[in-house]
Amino acid sequence: MKNALLEQLLADRAVKRQVVLATDLDSGAGQLLYPAEPTAADEPMMAAARRAMRADKSGIVELESGRKVFLHVYNPPLRMLIVGAVHIAQPLSQMAVLAGYDVAIVDPRREFATPDRFPGVSLIDAWPDDGVDAFAPDRRTAIVTLTHDPKLDDPALIKVLRSDAFYIGCLGSNRTHAKRVERLTAEGFGEADLDRLRAPVGLDIGAKSPAEIAISVMGQITEALRRPVPRGDGVAAGVAAE
Amino acid sequence: MTNDAVKQEVVEHERVLEKAAEWKAAGRGVALATVVATWGSSPRPVGSQLVVEEDGDFVGSVSGGCIEGAVVTEARQTIADGQTRLIDYGISDETAWQVGLACGGKCEVFIEPIE
Repeated sequence: MKNALLEQLLADRAVKRQVVLATDLDSGAGQLLYPAEPTAADEPMMAAARRAMRADKSGIVELESGRKVFLHVYNPPLRMLIVGAVHIAQPLSQMAVLAGYDVAIVDPRREFATPDRFPGVSLIDAWPDDGVDAFAPDRRTAIVTLTHDPKLDDPALIKVLRSDAFYIGCLGSNRTHAKRVERLTAEGFGEADLDRLRAPVGLDIGAKSPAEIAISVMGQITEALRRPVPRGDGVAAGVAAE
Repeated sequence: MTNDAVKQEVVEHERVLEKAAEWKAAGRGVALATVVATWGSSPRPVGSQLVVEEDGDFVGSVSGGCIEGAVVTEARQTIADGQTRLIDYGISDETAWQVGLACGGKCEVFIEPIE
């Protein structure tokens, strides 16, 4: 690898740019690809890099020319923003750290968001919409709202729905969620936006305790990350085919 | 394991590249080894990296300690001759009796100089 290429790769990573390093295994020649960016050329190696990036899986691809190329995916770190320093947030934040996420919790209520309750987790002492702005969610971000208080959850969701977050989960019953959908619709969000919300939050595994609920949420986030459902037309095409 | 230790493990491969740049900037010969394929049970996933400098110091890992010694030896060859290497390690390899993966897995490691 050329030293200049290594320096560029490190610079990309420092600003959390999604990058794939393509290395020709015969010649050793390397090239940085940015398949997530709009300027990405439409060619087979870029398409392969895009698939690898989405699956977060590095590996060898064989191009038609017979060249064997190793695609090394350098995705930015996984991150999680939890809205509400409530009881469930305690086991959820710890499990997320174990799974490799950088975790932050936003809650303006200081008596909830204390370092004693959340060791090793960033605490954002702000109103949730400002907290979302400060966190700057990207496509490697999962967001979970846990307050089920519209005063706190809604301002966060209004911001989050305009981000690329790969997962948005909202605590609250079906009834709570129906009202939430009404309010967000009034804010101008359409069906496609609101379909991104996973509510009631978590996989249906009969979870009861805060830790069990955290497991169901972590399971759902993991599924969204590792087995993503294609957005928009991908889903519609599947339905239409039936 | 504490959360901090887990985080260390997660971010470990990220520091490998920084180390490569650091050694290079200090004027040392540097080679980078990357796991490019695995078969069966293999202790470190594809993309795991190890960086080696000319005296044999290394950072990172490409296995659970089974083949690091052999990889460092090859990497020092690469630093010396500037040639890339693509090497299979595992039970089907003839060298398995000396350097094999105890888990019975196989992996392919690409070694390249930082130029």
